[in-house]
Amino acid sequence: MTARTLFTLTLAAALLAAVAQPAAAQPKPAQLQAGSEIAFTTRQMGVPVEGKFGKFTAQIALDPKKPETGSVAFSIDTGSARFGSAELDAEVPKATWLNTVRFPQATFQSSSIKAAGPGRFEVAGKLAIKGVVRDVTVPVQLSQAGANSTATGAFAIKRLAFNVGEGEWTDTSMLADDVQIRFKLMLSGLAPL
Amino acid sequence: MSSPTPSKALNSRGSASLHTDVPMSSTLSDRYSRPAMALHWLLALLIVGNFVLGLYMHDLPFSMTRLKLFNWHKWAGVTILALSAARLLWRLTHQPPADLPAPAWQQRAAHVAHGALYALFFAVPLAGWAYSSAAGFPIVLFGVLPLPDFVAPDRAFAEAIKPLHGALAWALAALVAVHVAAALRHHFVDRDGLLLRMMPRRG
Repeated sequence: MTARTLFTLTLAAALLAAVAQPAAAQPKPAQLQAGSEIAFTTRQMGVPVEGKFGKFTAQIALDPKKPETGSVAFSIDTGSARFGSAELDAEVPKATWLNTVRFPQATFQSSSIKAAGPGRFEVAGKLAIKGVVRDVTVPVQLSQAGANSTATGAFAIKRLAFNVGEGEWTDTSMLADDVQIRFKLMLSGLAPL
Repeated sequence: MSSPTPSKALNSRGSASLHTDVPMSSTLSDRYSRPAMALHWLLALLIVGNFVLGLYMHDLPFSMTRLKLFNWHKWAGVTILALSAARLLWRLTHQPPADLPAPAWQQRAAHVAHGALYALFFAVPLAGWAYSSAAGFPIVLFGVLPLPDFVAPDRAFAEAIKPLHGALAWALAALVAVHVAAALRHHFVDRDGLLLRMMPRRG
């Protein structure tokens, strides 16, 4: 098989795949509204300290009645992380922590979405922080009021799995390995539950 | 010795009839109770230690050590607060030794100073707790017992009361210095045995 034939075949296969994707099954994208937030809580010597990401974007396409057809992707500006404490906010961008110069984005891309009860979903996917990619499963609770939907959830990640906190900070007795991630997404354009 | 003995001072003023049996120097029988002494010396140690720690740590660069010291400082502060509450309760329910004969202004000054010390035993840690809460760092005593936020998290309020904690701590340090100087003067200049009232009996 020549390279040219291979190319043609690949192109044909890609086109076929694109056409074969039933248009009706692809849910319409929802819009992220103001008031959405992604927060994280660290624990320093038992003390919970909460911070927030001020800037992130999301591509959310989900039909709550057919969640397996949906997909969710996030891109978070690591440089927008704020604890609200000048001292900590000056630390976070450093290489020891999020290394925002080398890794300006943290991303999440869903691989599967499953229903998990009324208004509940389990979103599995890949979380990439600081160049490290890990599988995570995120529980999501969805509620709707009129045309607006609110998606909330919380899950824990291990910061050391993503090399967040290097050097002396790998000591988890001082700074816990677990970081709680909490989100509240205000969405419009989502199909009814 | 140039300083008058307590009995001379008493006679020259012809007052303070309550103190006709003032014990001399080390023969004092009227001491503070043992719990009062224990609390006094334990708190003296904690307060001086925590003041020095506060001075040392407050402008350290961000590090694990800084984080650790800040937490220790807060734990010590809460311990001081709790022990001071116990001490105040004890003080209010137990008669302390009567005043030694001295000019009225000195007795009054001593009482005012003691009252102010007690007020600061509470004010300094409470201001620190308020600052920590307002700054969004709740106190978790000894790393295991989460304490309620003393005030709601509020960054602007935190910045506003931050200097208050320091100012109160310096006021306490100044009063402690006066307190120690006065006690030493009683012991080495007046030789009236006052300091021994706060010392456990030997043997």
